[in-house]
Amino acid sequence: MVMKKKPVDVVIIGLGWSGSLMGMEMTDAGLDVLALERGNDRTKKDFLYPKPADELKYGVRLSLMQEPRTDGVTMRRNTQENALPQRHWTTFHPGTGVGGCGAHWTGVLYRATPTELTMKSFAEKTFPQGFLPEDMQLQDHGVTYEELEPHYDFFEKIAGLSGQAGNLKGEKIKGGNPFEGPRQNPFPLPPLPRTLTDTLFTEATESLGYHPYPYPSANASQSWTNPYGMQLGPCNFCGFCSNYGCLNYSKASPQTCVLDALKQRQNFSYRTNSDVRRINKSADGKTVTGVTYIDGDGNEVFQPAKMVFLCSFTLSNVRLLLLSDIGKPYDPATGTGVVGRNFTYQITGSADLYFKHHQFNPFINAGGSGQVIDDFAPDAFDTQKHGFIGGSYIYTTQGPGGAINGIRVSPDTPAWGSAWKRQAAAEYGHHMMIGTTGSNMAYRDCYLDLDPTYRDPHGDPLLRMTYDWHDNDMRMTEFMGDRIRDIVKKLGPDYHTTSFHQVGDHFDPSKYQSTHLTGGAVMGTDPNTSVVNRYLQHWDAHNLFVIGATNFPQNMMHNPTGTVGALTFWAAKKIRSDYLDNPGPLM
Amino acid sequence: MSFPIKPDPGRRRFVGHSLLALTAVGLGSTGALAARLDTRPPALDRYQPVFFKADEWRFIKAAVDRLIPADDTGPGALEANVPVFLDLQLASDYGEAASWYMQGPFVPDAPSVFGYQLPYTPAELYRAAIAAIDAHCRKAHGDAFAALTTADQEHVLSSLENGDIQLPDTDRGPLPARSFFGFLLKNTKEGFLADPIYGGNKHMVGWKMLGFTGARASFREWVDQYDRPYPLGPVSLSGEISR
Repeated sequence: MVMKKKPVDVVIIGLGWSGSLMGMEMTDAGLDVLALERGNDRTKKDFLYPKPADELKYGVRLSLMQEPRTDGVTMRRNTQENALPQRHWTTFHPGTGVGGCGAHWTGVLYRATPTELTMKSFAEKTFPQGFLPEDMQLQDHGVTYEELEPHYDFFEKIAGLSGQAGNLKGEKIKGGNPFEGPRQNPFPLPPLPRTLTDTLFTEATESLGYHPYPYPSANASQSWTNPYGMQLGPCNFCGFCSNYGCLNYSKASPQTCVLDALKQRQNFSYRTNSDVRRINKSADGKTVTGVTYIDGDGNEVFQPAKMVFLCSFTLSNVRLLLLSDIGKPYDPATGTGVVGRNFTYQITGSADLYFKHHQFNPFINAGGSGQVIDDFAPDAFDTQKHGFIGGSYIYTTQGPGGAINGIRVSPDTPAWGSAWKRQAAAEYGHHMMIGTTGSNMAYRDCYLDLDPTYRDPHGDPLLRMTYDWHDNDMRMTEFMGDRIRDIVKKLGPDYHTTSFHQVGDHFDPSKYQSTHLTGGAVMGTDPNTSVVNRYLQHWDAHNLFVIGATNFPQNMMHNPTGTVGALTFWAAKKIRSDYLDNPGPLM
Repeated sequence: MSFPIKPDPGRRRFVGHSLLALTAVGLGSTGALAARLDTRPPALDRYQPVFFKADEWRFIKAAVDRLIPADDTGPGALEANVPVFLDLQLASDYGEAASWYMQGPFVPDAPSVFGYQLPYTPAELYRAAIAAIDAHCRKAHGDAFAALTTADQEHVLSSLENGDIQLPDTDRGPLPARSFFGFLLKNTKEGFLADPIYGGNKHMVGWKMLGFTGARASFREWVDQYDRPYPLGPVSLSGEISR
């Protein structure tokens, strides 16, 4: 029997960054807001010292992540292959529980550039007809940088962002990123102090004529009180950041920046272990009526609501839309349908450098510490000459800092025995990494749908990812590999290794790539090519909003979280100014 | 900042009472095993395994001694109690693959890019593989793995690593030697380098070998002290301190 709960104004599915920020906005608007979170509750108490300093639990067993047992994903490289499930996570680390990925992320908080939000327009004015492959499905986001700027600015204040502006109201500032869009305000906090890797990278890239700048870090460089009254303390470089909760109130997260403020509000409540299985549609299909979830005791519960915000991880958002039969599923054969369309990922590569005479103390690190160059952003140089559209930023960050995950040995070293041991001991602390984080264009044959074979414990099909690399993006990353080799040459390590994909390589889900999974429920201005309009409102059901990196029509080189936060505030503003008094399609 | 930092007496007291007072949680289908280690890391020869049977225990002790031997670089996997770590891990959620997606159909011969696709939990894989490897050793070398010479043991491990030994299929499918070796090596290194609270890395010998600081986790004043080796030894989650 389905239990029915008292109706609320707003249900938010997923209490991560976008869910908690939207919770603040909708409670500000005076609405009765209920958040439903699939996973456990997590408060800052769960992350008190020394609990997070546990590499096996968090860095290896990945205990903050969604469990494949209950929420798995199948993968294949093309439509001819049979997709197989990830038995345990390798290629990405999706979060669960209160805070979502925002509890375990690294803390690199970027803005998109004006170009990254308008890739289709950029391509049309930059490249000759026929330059781009026919199966590339570029789209503009439908929102511009100028429109998002105030919302980036506000989110950066919520997160206590540390960094150095490179473009303040159009004025270029040395030491910042000259390729970024204009900021109305400087960063809330100055950059983190520089590690040895930062300094080596900065000197080498400057001498090559590039423009290094500090990573925009959501690990606070100084104490900060955000607009919600939440307080962050200066990061102590504890070395347990990406995949870990913060033990120092320094990494911006829903826990440190939003939730204690939100929980004080009488018109906000949340339920954990509440696994939303369906978004319920009205009889005419033009609106949604609420959600059906399984509670912690296994009861099926219907929660009526006037508005529903779908704020879970990229993959979970798409799966819930498909399971709920809301929006037309994408069909790669005909190119029609929208749900699951334009699924994209992140193209990454790296170099590992060994210096006998340098001691990096790699356990001394903050996830968001590092130095970066944007000299190879999609609009910063002539990519046409090199045969691709897109770009990467090139960066260093101190580490790898763990013990289990942090050992690097020269390539000819055996994997075990005294020789391994000797080399592990000798080389620990002497390695430095340089990496690329690159754009990924959308293609006709890369998409998400429901798996025909594998099911979850409720009997619902798993999400299926059909995804492979394409020549354009491989040419891009080959080019970046060459740029990194230039930097390596400048630095002159005793030895180095590189890991870059090449044209002809295929996606390898057995290796970690990135957790920047994007698209599948993209935003836009055309209902034939997007799931939600430019206000993140579902084209088919006006009281359903879908928010996250799932909205990106293709993936940008810059990390997604900053844009996810800005989009959340952008949608909230329109909802508060136009929708609440007059509910209906905003476009 | 002055060196060395004196251990806080309160913290030291805490160490005495809680170090390794852990229970293997989430034992799942292996039932109510009391995998409790009281107060201090046990001497390996007095430890009563909760997962491994006697012959498996002999195999594990011999194998980890080859993978991370005691030598000029420092203590090895046996001094670090790595077998205790493996025993507790395999008796817990990890051994049961409690969080993994383990519904069929299984395609065990899938290309390696699809990652782990065998039908066995880690506990099942260890159990099946150890028996099969010991059977192989008896046939090829005349005795169980643990009784072979060091050189023969190294040869067997290399053959597993390279897939040169074909282990017989189980009634559930193939039993690839390389897959098992991958688990064994990965888990052995984990046991050498994880916090001692999990039963291995006894007295933090693995961390000391690397110069890893364990749970110290506070280094603000060290960020810009370039090329200067960090002077303090590791601390563990339960407060054990090493100089």
